Amino acid sequence: MRPKEIFGTTLFDGGQAQKGYPLNKMCFSFNALDNRQDFKSDEAKYMERFELTAAQTQAVRSRNILALLEQGGNIYYLAKFAGILGLDVQDLGALQTGMTREAFCSKLLAAGKA
Amino acid sequence: MAQILGMVTSSHVPSIGNAIAKNIQQNEYWGPFFDGFKPIHLWLKEHKPDVAVVFYNDHGLNFFLDNIPTFALGADHQYLNEDEGWGIPTLPAFKGDANLSWSIIEGLVQRDFDVASCQKMKVDHAFTLPLKLLWPDEASCPVITIPICINTVQFPLPSASRCYQLGKAVGEIIQSIDSDLKFLILGTGGLSHQLDGQRAGFINRKFDQEFMQSMVTQPAWATQFTNHQLIEHVGTQGIELIMWLAARAALGGEVKCVSSTYHVPISNTAGGIMLLEHLN
Repeated sequence: MRPKEIFGTTLFDGGQAQKGYPLNKMCFSFNALDNRQDFKSDEAKYMERFELTAAQTQAVRSRNILALLEQGGNIYYLAKFAGILGLDVQDLGALQTGMTREAFCSKLLAAGKA
Repeated sequence: MAQILGMVTSSHVPSIGNAIAKNIQQNEYWGPFFDGFKPIHLWLKEHKPDVAVVFYNDHGLNFFLDNIPTFALGADHQYLNEDEGWGIPTLPAFKGDANLSWSIIEGLVQRDFDVASCQKMKVDHAFTLPLKLLWPDEASCPVITIPICINTVQFPLPSASRCYQLGKAVGEIIQSIDSDLKFLILGTGGLSHQLDGQRAGFINRKFDQEFMQSMVTQPAWATQFTNHQLIEHVGTQGIELIMWLAARAALGGEVKCVSSTYHVPISNTAGGIMLLEHLN
């Protein structure tokens, strides 16, 4: 029996890993500063090099984190992309939950006291 | 025979590296977490381990999705830290001992743990930062290190029970090594947190505290859960607590808690730190 779904959670399994391979491979390349600079200087060309799908390209262009996850992005790799945009994991949390950064940080603080 | 002195478990987040680089360990945000290491520093000065075996998970520095081992051991004379994509200053190379690593690899495979062996292995924040937190004033890590990487990136992940068994085997192997080396076991990761999806920001204080208590009194407690259940309880990245289980099983036996800290949040994560040693 398949376990019940967990709200707001997509496990990065074999299906997602296959779907997201080019996107994650691009994000993996961002470990290197030169590659981050190449991406910044010509995003479209850089994405072509990694053969991102049209949907992945669109999700990168629109900086839509939930869409990037949907397209097989793995959060550990996406965090490297987020770094290029100057976003940290609180910003990512806020973007994914539709909260302001301030509200997201308050939620974390409150969780520590609950 | 080699001896296991104790176990330290700690959360890891990249921004700890940032806090160290910016020298803001004692500000209002970071102070409560960094202070959790003060009693551990005293203990380390007294006990002076020679070797640290580190159970941790790589976040896409050494391993990419083309090749994800479930369990991987480093077997090199040194391990390098590199930029993980955010330009945070890296830490100096960590000493290894390839022969010692191979003793553990051989022992594990003999015990039916078919681990991957890595003669070259880059180590990321999950490995480097907890070691830096243990020896903050040393220019480079003063002990020999043995990295044991457990996959938490790509499902299926090994079960909590399997990680516990792996740790137990590592503990047995260390204690059969003919040497007077003193070992410290590290487990890094957790506690509850989730970075991805609409459930991002999930924290479960009650479960974390029960889990930390179980480390002392009932070490195999969390092995009752499937990974799916653990993710429900602690979030998709909170599953990293399997490192704590492996470390605790390696320590083995009856233990006492030397120090324990729980502080939320560090970054998006519930920060937990523990030092356990054998009762006798």
